[in-house]
Amino acid sequence: MLQTLAERLLSSHAVRDGQPLALDAQRSIHANDLLEVRVDRVLANDITGPIAIREFSKLGVETVFDPDAIVLVADHFTPNKDIASAEQTALLRRFARAQGLKHFYDVGRAGIEHVLLPEQGLVRPGDVVVGADSHTCTYGALAAFGTGMGSTDIACAMATGSAWVRVPESVRVEYVGELPPWIGGKDLILYTIGQIGVDGARYEALEFTGPALERLPMHARFTMSNMAIECGAKAGLFGTDCVTSAYVTAHPGPPLCVRHTEPWQPDAQATYARVVRLEVDALEPQVARPFLPDNVCGVSELGDVCIDQVVIGSCTNGRIEDLREAGDILRGHEVHPDVRCIVLPGSQYVVRQAAREGLLDTFLRAGAAVSTPTCGPCLGGHMGVLAAGERALSTTNRNFRGRMGHPESEVYLSGPAVAAASAVAGRITSPEEVLR
Amino acid sequence: MRWTGKVWKYGDHIDTDAIIPARYLMSSDPDALARHCMEDVDPVFASEVQPGDVVVAGENFGCGSSREHAPIALKAAGISCVVASSFARIFYRNALNIGLPILVCKRGADEAQTGHRFEVDVRGGVVKNETLGTTYPADAFTPFVLGLIDAGGLIPYTRDRLRDGVFDGLRGQATKEQPKRAGQS
Repeated sequence: MLQTLAERLLSSHAVRDGQPLALDAQRSIHANDLLEVRVDRVLANDITGPIAIREFSKLGVETVFDPDAIVLVADHFTPNKDIASAEQTALLRRFARAQGLKHFYDVGRAGIEHVLLPEQGLVRPGDVVVGADSHTCTYGALAAFGTGMGSTDIACAMATGSAWVRVPESVRVEYVGELPPWIGGKDLILYTIGQIGVDGARYEALEFTGPALERLPMHARFTMSNMAIECGAKAGLFGTDCVTSAYVTAHPGPPLCVRHTEPWQPDAQATYARVVRLEVDALEPQVARPFLPDNVCGVSELGDVCIDQVVIGSCTNGRIEDLREAGDILRGHEVHPDVRCIVLPGSQYVVRQAAREGLLDTFLRAGAAVSTPTCGPCLGGHMGVLAAGERALSTTNRNFRGRMGHPESEVYLSGPAVAAASAVAGRITSPEEVLR
Repeated sequence: MRWTGKVWKYGDHIDTDAIIPARYLMSSDPDALARHCMEDVDPVFASEVQPGDVVVAGENFGCGSSREHAPIALKAAGISCVVASSFARIFYRNALNIGLPILVCKRGADEAQTGHRFEVDVRGGVVKNETLGTTYPADAFTPFVLGLIDAGGLIPYTRDRLRDGVFDGLRGQATKEQPKRAGQS
């Protein structure tokens, strides 16, 4: 009867022939069971949405199951980089209008989806969210079962209000010790992926826990959950605590949105596939080298790695706290003459807040470019695509071959502090070196 | 569901950016995507692949993004089946959902090389390497997945169930953010 957090979240949403299960039936659900689950939010973007809309039209229904539950965000190739991408966003826009969708986020009111949805209060603890974007696992930070699917799955979820899932086994990751200075969510998750590998949690759910994560701020939790997919995980979950409650209170969402107030924690002595224990006392800032996110080492082990471009932002590290961390290092410094530094705030809110706090001024004075929110260069889309032989350090989530442009370019991954320090130094380095 | 074709062999962790780079995602037209399939790992693939050919790979095939463009590109390129030691989960779902046959078959994948000829029986779960004269059992599909395959993918499967009224309860519910009725606190 004891359940992991993934088992609790999914079983609470289980339906059979469209009807919810009785409580005792819910509690008997465990890993590897195949379920149909009710979904609270269904998400797609300007790349995955058009295919979902095309497939939706083949389902024989005129309307989505609930126009308030569907969220469409134009964030990948927006503001549109060319005619083809403009056509894709136009399709999204027409569908949103025709279906009366309340949550369609267009240029000027949008942001990078996984920064935007929590900020708008559209994801609550206890929710099940499916998204046609692999980083939908970000919502695990709020104890919501967020998971990425393809466009066809999302088309069916838009029509049925449900999705099929195999309940994943869970890996409990326990972080022990105290976090050293400059160590944030990105360092923790890169270290974790480096330890378990890019397929280290394939088809499984990660449960992040342990004394080192007590009081870990929400932005760092979003960063960690965001990259659960980079070790193959279906979800990366945190239980709720006072940090979650404070965030949910500060981001209340639509006024009439259903409130979940119960705490979401795994049962003590639930069954885990594995427990991974990681000591963090001596952790130094982590960097992933090309061409996989598990090719991780401490920044001091890197040697001399010169860079052409630094990207600070994305669904992984585009929140206001990330920009503050970068700003603290760039303030009073200049970006190295051989480096282009591009800052991508994650949402309209983040841009406004960064302006209020003087951060945009700090970035501009330092010689960085500041963009409107977009996924842009993370996937080699636009706003900072790399040429052959160029090398970037980026706070994004993937460093696959060709990810940010030419197949002969290279991407290193780090947190915002290392990225900002490296922009100043012109090579990958630790924040201490620049602030010395 | 039985095909014979030439093997295109790749290694571990072939990611979706390798299968179809994001720079081509401005279109979701299958033929346009097929022209750039596997471009960054194997520039000749798209021009030389023949209908019925089989992609064979190592561990974690299709890791990375959720883009359905990846299995769409492979299918439109003429690939009849992907055989791998293991698949990343979103790619696995996407391939089955759109009707691109896939099989998990570690030994068959390990021993294959580009240019070998495979005969693949998806429903029966058997991979035959005609060049080596070897036969391998693939991992069995769950009954649910077999149902999806037999239906021709998730769209026909779901369309039938929608028509049968299975989801009427979920579709008929109050909207998530519906205003409260007068008199409620």
